[in-house]
Amino acid sequence: MKKIKEGKFVFTGELEPEKTTDLTELVESAKKLLGHCVACNVTDNPQSMAYMSSLVASHIVQRDSGMECVYQLRCSDRNSIALTSDLLGAGALGIRNVLALTGDHTSLGDYPGSMPVFDLDSGQLVYLIRRMVDEGVDLNGKPIEHPPRFHVGVAGNPNADPLDSEILKLKRKVEAGAEFVQTQVIFDIEIAKTFLKEMEKYKVPVLIGIFPLKNYGTADYFDKYIPGVHVPKDLLAKMKEASEIGDKKKKMERYDEINLDYYGDFVHEIAHNTSAAGIHVMAVAYERITPPLIECAKI
Amino acid sequence: MITGERKDLEELMEIVKTYNSLAVVGCDGCVGIYQIGGFKEAESLASLLKMGDKIKNGVVQDAEAFTVIRQCDKELIEKELGGKLDKFEAIVSTACGVGVQTMAAVFEDKVVYPALNTLFMGAQDREGAELYELCKGCGDCVLHLTGGICPMTRCAKGLLNGPCGGAVDGKCEVGDYTNDCAWVLIYEKLKSMDRLDLYTTFRLPRDRRPSMSPRKLAGGAKY
Ligand code: SF4
Ligand code: SF4
Repeated sequence: MKKIKEGKFVFTGELEPEKTTDLTELVESAKKLLGHCVACNVTDNPQSMAYMSSLVASHIVQRDSGMECVYQLRCSDRNSIALTSDLLGAGALGIRNVLALTGDHTSLGDYPGSMPVFDLDSGQLVYLIRRMVDEGVDLNGKPIEHPPRFHVGVAGNPNADPLDSEILKLKRKVEAGAEFVQTQVIFDIEIAKTFLKEMEKYKVPVLIGIFPLKNYGTADYFDKYIPGVHVPKDLLAKMKEASEIGDKKKKMERYDEINLDYYGDFVHEIAHNTSAAGIHVMAVAYERITPPLIECAKI
Repeated sequence: MITGERKDLEELMEIVKTYNSLAVVGCDGCVGIYQIGGFKEAESLASLLKMGDKIKNGVVQDAEAFTVIRQCDKELIEKELGGKLDKFEAIVSTACGVGVQTMAAVFEDKVVYPALNTLFMGAQDREGAELYELCKGCGDCVLHLTGGICPMTRCAKGLLNGPCGGAVDGKCEVGDYTNDCAWVLIYEKLKSMDRLDLYTTFRLPRDRRPSMSPRKLAGGAKY
């Protein structure tokens, strides 16, 4: 956040703790991104899958890798008491950044019958965090002995239709005190540009979310099952072609080449010709692509 | 109105299998109007229970259908059914959960079983004859702020500051993108009313106490 405030164009990464108690791999991934990304998001039960706590994972990753974490926190699974309590815990563990998310509906995950909470929404979670940080009080104004210090960000959806409803909604989140906006995955640079233009009036740093495709399976899954976003057809076709290469090493090299080919110009353009504050690279378990991708931005 | 769905016959047969005689009581209120649990449905359930039980060599000999104008009204129940159910061992009610419990309060010495799974408060659309949930009775109505579209009920997450990022082409992430996103509807409606100021106003966290169960209301409406 400090770097963003200094006006530096930044890159952030993404780490996904899964159904495990072992974070060795995640810590390794974080180490590989050190020096390339200024921080990494640690996802909170993405798609409502019951995974390891993002708070615990954020702490362990920060402690064992030195990577600064953006602790993702969803409203789907916690009421305002639990959110307050986790935020106090995060403060104690030295977490500095929180991404306030409404979260996917619980019925979408692997506990589809569990209770959807949504006591607060993401905007109200920002409000809670602001009260804790700025005023040193909880939701109802009760003083906190040692208030936490967080930067708080929110998600934005440039693929929304109508876009206007999304932009106006983000106005609320910014007014509630969001300090940065991180977008959902974008493949089309024009969509990114339109969104950034619309957001300029709020004067809040925007990080553009991209999703490098690790292999054809990921690309195909993403295209079919992540609603509202489609992998461009020619990119998907290239990935499919690459998947037929027999030699494993060559195949991986070809995947990397396709990604750098596709995203190289994209990141360069975003870095040099838009108002974006940075790029959020959601290369989960594919961190080898991030450094060369950052190279392409030539900053 | 209150809606519901009849339980599976198998489940109902299991529930009543130890009784020789049953009174199956319909309600002409909400569930009667929607043909879910009125007199006709009570009649057909009575014969189904008798038949089904016979096939399984069960004990249900007699099942007779009755109805009440509104099963949520003690006085109406007493007036219409008083004395008529004495000879039955158990009662099956095809009313909503309110009706079942009100029946049980009137017929204290009998067991009253639910034949429906009570679902929600809603209304029928004209075209598809489908029933839609429209109000949760949250106890703190915001319809005046949302263009008359309830975000507590029609938004799957009950958001006050929607939409979430889950809508695609105006459809909600819950229900396989077949339901309209309530917040897109609210946006369109407020826009057409030239009231986007309501849309951009940030809403503070809700006090949930007005929606906490069990709730009660002093007798008589407050006017
Ligand atoms: S806001 Fe509350 S009272 Fe009003 S329609 Fe919705 S659920 Fe019912
Ligand atoms: S898509 Fe719309 S209706 Fe569905 S949960 Fe999100 S805001 Fe609510």
